[in-house]
Amino acid sequence: MQLPLSWLHDYIRPEIDVRQLADRLAMTGTEVDRITHHGVPAADGFVVGKVLTAEPHPDADRLRVCSVEVGDGEPRTIVCGAPNVAAGQTVAVACPGAVMPDGTKLGKAKLRGVVSLGMILAEDELGLGAGHRGIMILDDALAAGTPLGDVLPISEEVLELEITPNRPDCLGVYGVAREVHAATGAPLAPAPWSEDPGAIGEGAPAGIEVVVESPELCPRFTGRVFEGVTIGDSPLWLKGRLMAAGQRPINNVVDITNYVMLLTGHPLHAFDLDRIAGGRLVVRAAGDGETMATLDGQERILDAGMCLIADGDGPTSLAGVMGGQRSEVEQDTTRVLLEVATWDGPSIHRTASRLGLRSEASARFEKGLAPEGCMEAQAVATRLMLELTGARLVPGTLDVGSAGVQAPVIRLRDARVSGLLGTEIPRARSAEILTALGFICSEAQDGLDVSVPHWRRGEVTREADLIEEVARIDGVDALPATLPLNRTGLPGRLAHAQRLRRRAEDTLAGLGLLEIVGWSFAAPDLPDRLLAPVGDPLRDLVVLENPMSAEQSVLRSSMAGSLLDAAAFNRDRGQPDLAIFESGAVYRRGGGALPEEHHALGALLTGAVRTATWAEPDPPRADVFAVKGLAEAVLGALRVPFTVRAGERPFLHPGRAGEMLSGEVVLGVFGELHPAAAANWGFEEPVALLLLDLGKAIAAAPEVPAYADLTTFPGMRQDLAVIVSEDVPAAQVAELVRRTGGELVAHAEVFDVYRGEQVGEGRTSLALHLEFRAADRTLTDDDVAPVRERIVAAIRDELGGELRG
Amino acid sequence: MIERIGQIRAEAEAAICAAGTTAGLEELRVRYLGRKAELPNLLRGVAELDPQERGAVGRAANETRQALETLITDRGAQLELGELRERLAGDRVDVTLPATPPAPVGRLHLLTATRREIEDVFCGLGFTVVEGPEVEFVHYNFDALNHDPAHPARARTDTFYVEAPADPHGGEVLLRTHTSPMQIRAMEQQPPPIAIIVPGRVYRRDSDATHTPQFHQIEGLAVGEDVTLADLKGTLLAFAKAIFGDEREIRLRPHFFPFTEPSVEADVSCFMCADADAHAPRCPLCKGTGWLEILGSGMVDPNVLGAVREHGYDPERHQGFAFGLGVERIAMLKHAVPDLRLFYDNDLRFLRQFG
Ligand SMILES: [Zn+2]
Repeated sequence: MQLPLSWLHDYIRPEIDVRQLADRLAMTGTEVDRITHHGVPAADGFVVGKVLTAEPHPDADRLRVCSVEVGDGEPRTIVCGAPNVAAGQTVAVACPGAVMPDGTKLGKAKLRGVVSLGMILAEDELGLGAGHRGIMILDDALAAGTPLGDVLPISEEVLELEITPNRPDCLGVYGVAREVHAATGAPLAPAPWSEDPGAIGEGAPAGIEVVVESPELCPRFTGRVFEGVTIGDSPLWLKGRLMAAGQRPINNVVDITNYVMLLTGHPLHAFDLDRIAGGRLVVRAAGDGETMATLDGQERILDAGMCLIADGDGPTSLAGVMGGQRSEVEQDTTRVLLEVATWDGPSIHRTASRLGLRSEASARFEKGLAPEGCMEAQAVATRLMLELTGARLVPGTLDVGSAGVQAPVIRLRDARVSGLLGTEIPRARSAEILTALGFICSEAQDGLDVSVPHWRRGEVTREADLIEEVARIDGVDALPATLPLNRTGLPGRLAHAQRLRRRAEDTLAGLGLLEIVGWSFAAPDLPDRLLAPVGDPLRDLVVLENPMSAEQSVLRSSMAGSLLDAAAFNRDRGQPDLAIFESGAVYRRGGGALPEEHHALGALLTGAVRTATWAEPDPPRADVFAVKGLAEAVLGALRVPFTVRAGERPFLHPGRAGEMLSGEVVLGVFGELHPAAAANWGFEEPVALLLLDLGKAIAAAPEVPAYADLTTFPGMRQDLAVIVSEDVPAAQVAELVRRTGGELVAHAEVFDVYRGEQVGEGRTSLALHLEFRAADRTLTDDDVAPVRERIVAAIRDELGGELRG
Repeated sequence: MIERIGQIRAEAEAAICAAGTTAGLEELRVRYLGRKAELPNLLRGVAELDPQERGAVGRAANETRQALETLITDRGAQLELGELRERLAGDRVDVTLPATPPAPVGRLHLLTATRREIEDVFCGLGFTVVEGPEVEFVHYNFDALNHDPAHPARARTDTFYVEAPADPHGGEVLLRTHTSPMQIRAMEQQPPPIAIIVPGRVYRRDSDATHTPQFHQIEGLAVGEDVTLADLKGTLLAFAKAIFGDEREIRLRPHFFPFTEPSVEADVSCFMCADADAHAPRCPLCKGTGWLEILGSGMVDPNVLGAVREHGYDPERHQGFAFGLGVERIAMLKHAVPDLRLFYDNDLRFLRQFG
C-alpha cells in the first residue's frame, strides 16, 4: 500500500521524521518496503502565476507568448504551447532552476527566437493528474508568487507499506494512522466518518430495489442514491493524492470511490442508476457457465461458487471483484447509486483467483471485511459526493443484511502475558496499548476484559491474539534473551542413522569426490534416457500436477539423472575428469498415498582417476572397479558386512555391473553406464556410477562394534592358488573357502588373477591370501593342514577346480 | 709363543688400518680371525702347553683377538660411511620437477556444510534432529498449521501439487512448501516437552535470482510448559553468534505467520559494517540498515497445539516457539554468494571453494 505522508498527516502527525516513523512502524509489525518521493524533488521554483497577456508567437502557430506575473515585481515572458492558455488565468509556473519530477533542471529556453523564462504547467507534469489536455487553471483567489507547494501536493513523501494478510484494516489510511497512534503515542484525529451528512430519511431511498438472494455470499448490502450529479474532473488535491497513492484519476465519482476505499479500507462501487435495467438489483450466485462482460472488456465465464449482481438485463457486476460494462458511470451520468457491501471472503478469493482478476477491491474483500465498515465508507463518500459533484442526496439508506454483531469479549490474563513473553508487562500498559488500537478494556480480577473492535474481529479471537497486540507495540523490542531449560531429559544430538549418513558422505569427500546438490525435479523422459523397460521401477514416477516447465515436471526416480546432468554441465565447461557424489532423496510412486522416498547416496566417476603427471602421464581411467572401490569404502566405513555379485540394470553395461548385498537385501548397484545411456548425456567415454540406498545400508550397520581379540593368539597366514573355469566368479571361490574352512578361516581374499597358456584355455588361476585363526590357541601346521585339504577338496568337487603348481 | 702373537698383532693392525674397502676388510678378518687363521689355532693349542706357559699365552692370544675384532668393527663402520656417501652422491634427482600430487581433497557442498554447521549448533543447545517426507499431505503442510482455507500459499500458482488421489485423512498431496509439517508429525510421535530441529528440502513455484523452486530449510520447535518468547530470542541469539560471530545481536520484529502467535521476524546485526561507521549507508549487505533478516518465527499458535491435542498437547497448558530458516540464505550471507542458482549449477569451480 502506498501511503502519501501528507494524507497520514490529516489524522496524525507524530513528532519524528519520516525515517524514524518508518523504523517505528517496522518494529511494531508494519513493514515499510521503502520511502519514495512523488512529484517534484523539491518545491523550490514552483509558484502561482497570473497570466497578464497571451499573444500569438510571431513565428509559430501553436505557441503563445505570455506575460506572467509571479510576484517578483517584473512580469516575465513565458512561451506556452497549451491551447487553453489565456489572459487573466491563475496558473502554476516553474521558474528557471526548478527541478522537474524526472530530475531535469529547468533553464531559460529560446523558442523560435523568443526567450522563455519558465514554464506554465499541466497537471501531468507535476504528477497531479494524468491529463495533458492543457495547463492547470488555479483558483483566482491565490496571489501571484504564492509557493505552489503551499496550495498543491506537488512534492510528496510516500511510504510503501507491506501490509500482512491479517490486517485488512491497514489497507486504509485511517487504519495506518491508528497504528501510528499506538506506536508513537501521538494524538489521533477523529475518524473521517464520525459525522455522516447522509443520515437523513428513514428506510431505503426511492427509485431502487435490491434483493439479496444469497445472504451467505453477501452479509450486508448498503446503497445511497444521488441525483443531479455532474461528472467531471476531480479537484487537483484529490487527483494529486490518488496519483501519489498509485491510483489513476478517472472522473469525480470514480475518484471518490477510490479515495474512500484508500481512506477507510472498504471498497465501494458506483452504478449509473439510469443504466440499471428495471431499477432493481439482485445479488445471487452465478449459474454454472453463465457469462458476463467485465469493465476491462473481457467476456468472463462464471461458475456457481461466484457471486454476481444482476439487473433486469442480466449480470451487471461481479460482486466485490469487478464492475460490469453496462452500468458504469459515464460522462452523461446524473443519477448514481453508491453501493457499499461486504462479501464472503473465501468466495471472493476463489472468484478472483479462478478468473485471474485480482483488484484493489478483491484484495480487501477476500479478507472478510466487517459489515460495520459499510456505513463508515458511506458517510465519507456521501460528504465528498455532495461537495465535489454538485449532487443531492435522495433521503434514506438502503441496507440489506446484518449491521454487525456484538463485539466478542476476551479475557487477557496478566500471568499469561508475562508467561508467554518471558517478561513482565504491567496491566496498565497492556490496557493503554489495546485502547490506542481501538480495543475497549475493562478491569477483571486477573487481567483485562477486552472487547474487539469490528475492524479486528476477523483475526483477534483469542487471548494469544491480544498478547501479540501488546507484544508487538511494546515488548518484542525490549525482550530479554534467555535460553529455554532443557526439560526433555535428553541431550541434543544426531540420531545414529544421521551420524552414519555423515560418515558415508565424509568418506566419499575424503576420497577426493566433490559433493553436488542436484534437482529433485526431472524431465519425464528420464526413464527413457536411462533405457528403463516397461515395468521398471524407474518408471514409477511421481508426477507434478502443475510443474513450472516440462523439464521439471516429475521427481527423480534415480539419482543417476542429476549426477549425469551435473557431469555433463561440467564436461561442457572443460572439466572432463570428474569425481562427484550426491546425497539426497529419490522418489517413486508406491502403493501408499504418499510416494516412497529413500535417501540415496550416488557417485559418478569419469575420465582419469588421478591427475596426469610427468611420472604418470597416462593415469588409469574410471571404470567399474573404481566405483566398486567407492562402494567398498563407504560400506566399509559404515562397517556393513556385504557381498557382491553381478547385477544387471537397464542403464548399466551388462558385463560391467554389480550389486552389493547385505544377506539377501540389495543395498545398491555399481558399474559402467550403458554406452547407449551415456550417449543420451553426450558421453563417449566410460562413465562409472555407484547408487546406494543409504537407508538400507545404515539399517545393516552395527550400532555398536564389539571388541574381538586379535592379538592374544596371532593368526597364521598362507596363500592358496587354484585354477577354475573362467566363468566362476572370484567371489564364489572366496565364499567357498570361507564356508568350507569354517570358523578357523578368519579371512580369505583374492589377490591375483592369471589367464594364459600355463593354465589352459577357458581357465583362470586365482591366488588367495588366507588367514587362519582360533580364539583360544595359537594354531599350528597340524591344525591348519586338514582344513586346507578340505578347502582344496571342496574347490575340486563343487567348482571343478584344482590346486595350482 | 708370546712373541709370535705380538708379531701377528702388529702385522694385522697395520693391514686393518690400511684396508680401503669393506670387502678388503672382510678378507683381513678371515685371514686373521677366520677358522683357519693362525691366532685361533694358537688359542686352540693352548691346552697342550706347559702349565706355567699356559696362562700367559692364553691371555695374550685372547687380548689380541678381542683387540683385532674391535679394530675391524670400527674400521668397518668408517669404511661403510664413506662408501654410503659415495653411493648417495650418484643418486640425484631434479627436485624442481613437479610433485606427485596426493589424492585430491573432496568437498561437501556448501549447502551440506552449512546445514551441518547449523545442526551442530542446535544439538549443542539441546535440540534433536528429525526429518520427514518431502512429498506431503495438505493436512500436514497447511491444515494442521492453521492456514486459512483461502490462504494464497495453497494456490496452484504458489505450490506444487502431485498427481495422486486425495487421501481421506491427509487430503491432497503436494511438495511441502516448508519444513513445518514435521512440527505436527513430530508432536504426534513425541509428547511434550519437545525440542527438535528439522532440516530438509522444500519447494515453491518461484524462479528468479532470489528464488529457486527447490531450496532448503531448517525448522525449529520447542514446546513445554514454560518456553517463552524471550527463550526464542535467546536461542536465536546463540545461533547467530555461533554462525556469524560472537559480537552479533538479534532483533525481533513483529510479523504475521499463520502458525505462530505472536509472530516475529528475526534480524541479525550486520557483520560486514558492524565495526565501521555507525551508519555505513553504503554497506552492500544490509543496505545501511545495520540489520539482516534471517528467519521467521514466533510462539506456536494455540490452534497448532490443538491439532495434536490427542497426543498430549494442551493449548492451555503448553506453549513454545517455532522458527524456520533458509539454509541458502544463511550460506549466501555468510559466504557472500551472489546468486541462488549457483548452488544448483554444481560447477566444480564453485564446489571446490567451500565445504
Ligand atoms: Zn551492513
